[in-house]
Amino acid sequence: MLDWLATFTGGGLAAKATAAVTTTGAAVSTAAGTPGMPWWVWPLLLFITTFVLGIVAVLGGVGGGVLFVPIVGSFFPFNLDFVRGAGLLVALAGALAAGPGLLKLNLANLRLALPVALIASTFSMVGAFIGLALPNNVVQTALGITIVLIAFLFVVSKNTEFPQVGGSDKLARFLKIGGTYYERSSGKTVDWSVWRTPQGFLLFIAIGIMAGMFGLGAGWANVPVLNLLMGAPLKVAVGTSKFLLSITDTSAAWVYLNQGAVLPVIAVPSIVGIMLGSFVGVRLLATAKPKAVKYLVIVLLLAAGLRSLLKGLGIWN
Amino acid sequence: MAKPQAEMLKSPAPQEAPAKASVAPQVEVAPEQLAYANVLLYGSWLGIALLLLSNIIYLTGLVKPYIEPAMLPQYWGMKASEFVQVAHMPTGWGWFSMLGYSDFLNFIGMALLAALTIIGYLILLPAYLSKKDVPYTFIVLAEVVVLVLAASGVLAVSGH
Repeated sequence: MLDWLATFTGGGLAAKATAAVTTTGAAVSTAAGTPGMPWWVWPLLLFITTFVLGIVAVLGGVGGGVLFVPIVGSFFPFNLDFVRGAGLLVALAGALAAGPGLLKLNLANLRLALPVALIASTFSMVGAFIGLALPNNVVQTALGITIVLIAFLFVVSKNTEFPQVGGSDKLARFLKIGGTYYERSSGKTVDWSVWRTPQGFLLFIAIGIMAGMFGLGAGWANVPVLNLLMGAPLKVAVGTSKFLLSITDTSAAWVYLNQGAVLPVIAVPSIVGIMLGSFVGVRLLATAKPKAVKYLVIVLLLAAGLRSLLKGLGIWN
Repeated sequence: MAKPQAEMLKSPAPQEAPAKASVAPQVEVAPEQLAYANVLLYGSWLGIALLLLSNIIYLTGLVKPYIEPAMLPQYWGMKASEFVQVAHMPTGWGWFSMLGYSDFLNFIGMALLAALTIIGYLILLPAYLSKKDVPYTFIVLAEVVVLVLAASGVLAVSGH
């Protein structure tokens, strides 16, 4: 019999929950770390923060997850487990919302995305289990190092709109990876193919593990691999990467959901905040100065990465 | 020899660049790709709407929650494994049997968002089967297995 039927009659789990909360309340109250602060302040602050992050993410050309996890994980009182669970859902919701348009324009290509997604999603599940099993300080330290490295990647990496491709490799030919999209800026259709497919696939093992372990959307890693290594045109790499997150993050998100690592009071304001911020960001895109926004993203990543690192090492709690 | 993708441009454009998207040439998109896109389009907005609705129900107290929002600060600093133990939270699909509590109503929207990819892949499967595209049939089947395994909750982790 479903337990929830009992709740409507006022018995069963409601009583158990009340008892559990009462008996453990005193013991765990120190875990809150914010005595005297009304509970609703944090979700409200989270909503405002994620709204701003949504704007910055669009203007900076990054997924929200890569900013969300280090910033919220470092500056909010939530355990990193719940932040990573929410981060995956934030990245998932954003990718799902963007996916249809990208697929219809052929900027996200299934023949490129599906093999890569199989590898990345399998290993993101592995990464999720690793992340949930490791002690917080270890994950926080590793996250800090990763985010600082991502910030440097943003400084040094330069994408190529139409990379040099020296003919498809055997694997790309076997999987018939390639396609056509319409390039509005030149008014032409572009045929594309990829190469160095085995090397690219291998790198997606590491990308998947990091995505699941840290709860990051891994667009920052997907795009360089698809564009610079495998030779997909930049727009196809960006579009396919965004779509790819909807698959990669799904497997890790299920792990976090099933392990009780998702708190609606953290996840829902984050999803709504980032999505509303993204809508505003898209409207501001035409007037934004790309370089200034890029530097803002780098500064945010460095600040959050260093804070996460110091927190993980117990230097600044 | 390596050549830039830009050299593969075809259909030279007329002198005047097209002013409107409506004059863009039709790029062939596989029908299964379009079907998948529509699953994501309607499913993701439905999921987000459900999330919003259930969160309003939760925060306004219209339906009794399992854990009162005011008590959450006592838990949200804990590691997930500790939270599950201390608050007697269900794991796996245990949340499904607790949908009478408003906090668990939120899981419907989240589960829908996380299930969309599986639904989309089940739409792709017959398309690749009918095309006798063996590699992609295998890839789609393997992905469904991975995602169903992740969703099933049979795999578990012991926390520290």
